[in-house]
Amino acid sequence: MNALSITGEVLVFIGTFFYFLSTLGLIRMPDVYNRMQTSTKSATLGSLGVIIGTGLWAVGKGYSPAWIVQTVIVATFLLLTNPISAHTLIRAAYKTGIPMWAGSVVDKYDEHLKAKAQAEEPEEEGDEE
Amino acid sequence: MGEASKLSRYLYTVIVLFVIWIMLTASLDPQELEFGFIASLIIAAFTYPIFTTAGLSNLHPKKVAYAIAYIPYFLWAMIVANLDVAYRVLHPKRPIRPGIVKCRTVLRTDTGKLSLANSITLTPGTITLDVDGDEYFVHWIWVPDEALTDNEEEHVKVSSANITKPFEKFLKVIFG
Repeated sequence: MNALSITGEVLVFIGTFFYFLSTLGLIRMPDVYNRMQTSTKSATLGSLGVIIGTGLWAVGKGYSPAWIVQTVIVATFLLLTNPISAHTLIRAAYKTGIPMWAGSVVDKYDEHLKAKAQAEEPEEEGDEE
Repeated sequence: MGEASKLSRYLYTVIVLFVIWIMLTASLDPQELEFGFIASLIIAAFTYPIFTTAGLSNLHPKKVAYAIAYIPYFLWAMIVANLDVAYRVLHPKRPIRPGIVKCRTVLRTDTGKLSLANSITLTPGTITLDVDGDEYFVHWIWVPDEALTDNEEEHVKVSSANITKPFEKFLKVIFG
């Protein structure tokens, strides 16, 4: 049983390390888009490690096996909902006109939006940015 | 794929809700099961129209097998990408070359597109910015040289091969 709690502890440690990395990335990255990139990392491997690790640790310590099943469920719901908020945030950032970092190499979305606006109605200008 | 019959959609919702109930309570006590089953029956009656359009055909053994195989595959892809982004964060020179690229998908259903967009966002280094029809606009932390061509088709091909292709072979079977 003890091997389980040790695995759990290691997983929690790894998760915390990835939390640390994403915080570091939040400081080091140049613009909002790249900061989002590093913060999604904390939500995936970081939270996954901590949540599942807690479940394993609890089972190893002699709590009921329900712990691992329930932590897996929590992790699953987190994985299902987290990307939606990340996507919404980055899309809102783009739509409100936050510029990309000067070192960005390509922006196909901008081209796409412009082409679309042109194709739709050339007379109605001023509405979109 | 047209809409499945109401009964099949209802039954599918009941099954999914009941499985979630069992996992949340994590007990096989008959009393718990009974109550959970009744609750699933009632809740499914209200929610099945927005929950599913495909109904029981979602539980086809092949789809379930692919869905189960997708979990370790996806986790592995996520860990690799995590280490890649970790390297970029820790490297003193901060080797990033971000950009928004365009990908094309072969998935047809809305659920499939949603899960592909979620998978892309969950993988560090790529975030789905917008989906329009079969075109994905993805913010990518390291755009490789091959994707930096002026040729539109070439660009879409390279970025799709890197971002959407790895997930599509599973999601195509699961969601169509």
